[in-house]
Amino acid sequence: MSDQAYTARPWILLSPALGAVTFLLAVPVLFIIIYSFWLRSAAGAEIPGFFLDNWKEVFSDAFYRDILFSTLRIAVITTVFCALLGYVPAYFVAMSQTQFKALLLLLLILPFWISYIIRTMSWINILGASGALNRTLIYFGLIAEPVQFLYNEGAVILGLVHFLLPFMVLNVFVSIDGIDRNLLDASRSLGASGFQSFREVTLPLSLPGLAAGGLLCFVLSAGTYITPLILGGPRDAMFANLVFEAIITQLNWPLGSALSIVLLVVLGAIVTVYNRLAGLGQIAKSFG
Amino acid sequence: MDDTNRYERLLDRYRDGSVNRRSFLSLIGASAAAYGVMGSPFTKFAQAATPDQIRFDGWGGVVSEAFRKFAFDPYAAKTGIKVVDGTFGGADEYIARIRSGQPGEFNLAHLSGVFDYSRYHELGLTSELNEANIPNLSNVIPALQDVFRKITDGKLSAVPYDYGTTSIAYNRKFITDEEVKEKGAKILLDPKYKGKIGGWSDWKTRIWYGALQTDQNPNDIKDIEAVWDAIRTNRDLVLKYWTSGAELMSLLTEDEIYVTEGWSGRIKALQDQGHDIGYFDPKGGLGWQECIFVIKGSPMEACEELVNFMLEPEVAIAVAEGQLYPPSLDPQKVKLTDKIKNLPAFDPAGTLSGLNFFNADYWNGNEADWSKTYSRVERGY
Repeated sequence: MSDQAYTARPWILLSPALGAVTFLLAVPVLFIIIYSFWLRSAAGAEIPGFFLDNWKEVFSDAFYRDILFSTLRIAVITTVFCALLGYVPAYFVAMSQTQFKALLLLLLILPFWISYIIRTMSWINILGASGALNRTLIYFGLIAEPVQFLYNEGAVILGLVHFLLPFMVLNVFVSIDGIDRNLLDASRSLGASGFQSFREVTLPLSLPGLAAGGLLCFVLSAGTYITPLILGGPRDAMFANLVFEAIITQLNWPLGSALSIVLLVVLGAIVTVYNRLAGLGQIAKSFG
Repeated sequence: MDDTNRYERLLDRYRDGSVNRRSFLSLIGASAAAYGVMGSPFTKFAQAATPDQIRFDGWGGVVSEAFRKFAFDPYAAKTGIKVVDGTFGGADEYIARIRSGQPGEFNLAHLSGVFDYSRYHELGLTSELNEANIPNLSNVIPALQDVFRKITDGKLSAVPYDYGTTSIAYNRKFITDEEVKEKGAKILLDPKYKGKIGGWSDWKTRIWYGALQTDQNPNDIKDIEAVWDAIRTNRDLVLKYWTSGAELMSLLTEDEIYVTEGWSGRIKALQDQGHDIGYFDPKGGLGWQECIFVIKGSPMEACEELVNFMLEPEVAIAVAEGQLYPPSLDPQKVKLTDKIKNLPAFDPAGTLSGLNFFNADYWNGNEADWSKTYSRVERGY
């Protein structure tokens, strides 16, 4: 094989993926950037051109900034809950010697078989005024009147954790499952207790999985709009809801495009910083 | 030059050697990709004068089933033209789809109200119906047609199909008929029901009711700041602004909310299921109509024939009984069933003089500002 052919081979092999990324990601994003400089006419049609009005509005209006911060705060809280709640089952499944390990893994991915919207809506039947939880509490005399569990920020975070927990569990599981058991045996033989062995060996080696799961949970929760729509109250909108409203309700595609770019850039910046701190290369190792 | 000529010219150049094989194949590939991006074969079928199929989009559920059984299947049997039916969640979502589609890709739609008709017109999406091809149009209540004709210079791009109201729905377990009659629209501002009030998330409805709550004419609001204040008061008392009829019904029947505005047909459905839900049209309550809209670029004769099928009394009555909204058929000309006569908002006179509709010019003139401001107010601003 000639040197030239050898050099070209990776590009040839990569060309389908590069083509897909170019046409399905780069070109649409380019269109969105162009759209963000257009204007919406009174009738709803676009006025092509180079106008900075949408960008001025996005950066000068505290409304967008506040909702963005609120979105990031909700995403952080969701990610922390996912990490706390996801680590234990992932550790259990990975360390388990049971013959039903495959079944446990199947149970982990079972929620993906049901529509995300249906899973989110199921909370209405559990937490609603006449839902299962309120009925049970009333039955046992713990409360006299139904408690308002739904349509607030807590319900939104709960719905997001429910949606994203499997992503965290699977990432942490892969990471823990890949740890060489001899390392644990070595730490124990050197006198470490079970907890010390976990703290000094298992936890540090599982951090790439935790970091990968955290990144996925954060980005997915920051970009959601279905959960606040179903489980949130009037004030519980997230940034993606503003994009949806600008594009669908207000027919203001240029403003919606500017808002989309803002969310994309903010999340991209966070991923970049995250890469500096945690190292995406390390995270990639958690996938084997 | 059409595509076929372009291809033949390119082929000639390839055969005479002025274009090499690689360039020829590259240009064919590029044109195929462009065709895939810019238009689909279905677009061409839909735009043909006698298409193989036409597309209808509606709200789904029992309404689509009634259309399928009473209109689409007989139409296909008679004309050989298949009706492909899709669904949408709302007029806003649908307009976004049409704008990102190709001319002729979407043909007929079951749309809401005069406001949307006007909006579609301003976006250049209206067609011009040949009324001679729709003889059943003569059975439609003239008042419903007139509001459309005013917008499109006496012509029609849609035929009125049904109408209803958005009025006060309340759970009689917690709120009496007398209290609702006494307070009217202002019951939605009563702090006594904080956390038990609902409302439609639609900005127009919120502003309409804000106007009623501040004793203003919704079609001529003098003090919009007072309306925003009323909406803020309502927002702070509301548990949830619902986004669909299904969510409205769920919130009411699960006792999550005791009072809200509601769509007459959905409330009638709850009443028929045995739920003790009251429904009250307050003074100035909101009426609306739905239409079968023919979108610009559609094969007109085929669409007009389908519209005529849909206006057959048998079809319109079946759909009305399914969705529980009165049909647009004039009760003075068409014999309607007892079930329809008992539907909320039904007007036996056929004049609809008791209903209040959006003034399309007025609301469209304020749409950009009000919809954006409402988005802020809803979120606590």
